[in-house]
Amino acid sequence: MAPVMTDTSSEQVTSGPVWRKRTTKQELALWLGWLVLAAFFIFCWQIMTKTTIWAFVYDAPRQALDIGSRMVPPRWEYLPNLLEPLWDTIAIATLGTLLALFMAVPVAFLAARNTTPSTRFIRPVALLIIVSSRSINSLIWALLLVAIIGPGVMAGIVAIAFRSIGFVAKLLYEAIEEIDATQVEAVSATGASKAQIMDYAVVPQILPAFAGITVFRWDINIRESTVLGLVGAGGLGLRLQESLNVLAWPQVTIIFILILITVLVSEWVSAKVRHAII
Amino acid sequence: MTTATAPAFPTTWSRPPFIKRAWLRWTLYLGALLYMVLAVGSVEVNWMRVWEGLDRGLRFIQGFLLPDFTSRWEDILIGMEESLTMAVTSTVAGVAISVPIGIGAARNIAPLPVYAVCRAIIALSRSFQEIIIAILFVAMFGFGPFAGFLTLSFATIGFLAKLLAEDIEDIDESQAEAVRATGAGWWQIVTYAIQPQVMPRLIGLSLYRLDINFRESAVIGIVGAGGVGATLNTAMDRYEYDSAAAILILIILIVMAAEYSSGYVRKWLQ
Repeated sequence: MAPVMTDTSSEQVTSGPVWRKRTTKQELALWLGWLVLAAFFIFCWQIMTKTTIWAFVYDAPRQALDIGSRMVPPRWEYLPNLLEPLWDTIAIATLGTLLALFMAVPVAFLAARNTTPSTRFIRPVALLIIVSSRSINSLIWALLLVAIIGPGVMAGIVAIAFRSIGFVAKLLYEAIEEIDATQVEAVSATGASKAQIMDYAVVPQILPAFAGITVFRWDINIRESTVLGLVGAGGLGLRLQESLNVLAWPQVTIIFILILITVLVSEWVSAKVRHAII
Repeated sequence: MTTATAPAFPTTWSRPPFIKRAWLRWTLYLGALLYMVLAVGSVEVNWMRVWEGLDRGLRFIQGFLLPDFTSRWEDILIGMEESLTMAVTSTVAGVAISVPIGIGAARNIAPLPVYAVCRAIIALSRSFQEIIIAILFVAMFGFGPFAGFLTLSFATIGFLAKLLAEDIEDIDESQAEAVRATGAGWWQIVTYAIQPQVMPRLIGLSLYRLDINFRESAVIGIVGAGGVGATLNTAMDRYEYDSAAAILILIILIVMAAEYSSGYVRKWLQ
């Protein structure tokens, strides 16, 4: 936005033109933009709240107090029952991440412009896999997989894996596209075969990015696997669902605390590892 | 005398290992292996159930190939309407709240007490999954998209305020100093030195968050917070996989469209 000199009203004539941030036209356009946004917001708001029962909303502070008073004191005796689900949660996240890596690496190489065998046919398919996997949340994947392979840890692992493919493959193929081409050229100049170029010129360049992405995704997966049990896919969420069904709020508090600690620890581990790699 | 023994330099090369310290490398490898064995061993799979489920899996794939948009179209329409409006309103409200919190959480322009409070709000919002917040809000505000709107707004704060605060901390200090040298007050520094620098990224992040909020709105319906997730959950419960596939395809298409158009807008802004 270019600064503009304009003549101002008569009382300031002696001081000359005054600098303004925007021209009058830009100012008007800006206000119009805000107006459109506000109108759009109100329009959406009215559609959204068509079915809202406001009595429940006004009642919320009382409900919040009620739930809050039921949640304390936490039932600490429940903690030992949570150790096995905690182990399951971590297993879901870890094994799911590993499973995702096996599937995401080939997809990433097929999606990257400089390594894909065919830009016209194979790349769009790889990109479609990535976007489908990314647009469907792991809970929805879990919902589907619980119906297909039955409730339990296995459904959780596969759900996490399917959700992670898109994430890992997207970041990885961007890393592959950004590699330094001169190294590839240097290795190919030694007479290396296609596989050797991959092994000695491409892979070493993306390995740090790959490790970083993996740990980052593992951290997110720990977060997501804590709630997968809500739809029956094992882990802490299963206990959460059970406690919510019987309105056992003191147990819910314990589960929330445990989830919070798990998430914080995994975030700390992931930050440490990424710091060590990069 | 033949001196053609081994040359003083190595003739072969092997690449350096990823982790240099040998003991650390082997401990990590062994630990990982041990964990893998234990973790895989603890996963119980009922193969009979998987075998029975394959039939459903097949029906689901069929559903994807021949999605059924018509028989539940009314429900899908209502769900989509709720999801889209929820995504828009929660993004607008979330951004409106996270801008002041983001400014407060930037150490270079906020005093320490304000900084601490704002960072605490961000940490609180980030540490819980949307779905957990949704469970609590549904319990407090009743079923429906209003609870979903609150959930997504709350989640937006943690995301947007954190990134905005980091962006403000990374600004070019010289511009702020130049404005400060003219005798500008705090408010003028924010509007003339900081806002122009962070605005393009803020708009980009808001669009990205709109996209995330739409995707999340499809999930929180599972616990009763409105949106297309509720429709999806019902379809799954009724074993109507072709309707479920239709909903999933619509979600994917909308996310793709949103991603494409937000990329376009971001390019146009720069």
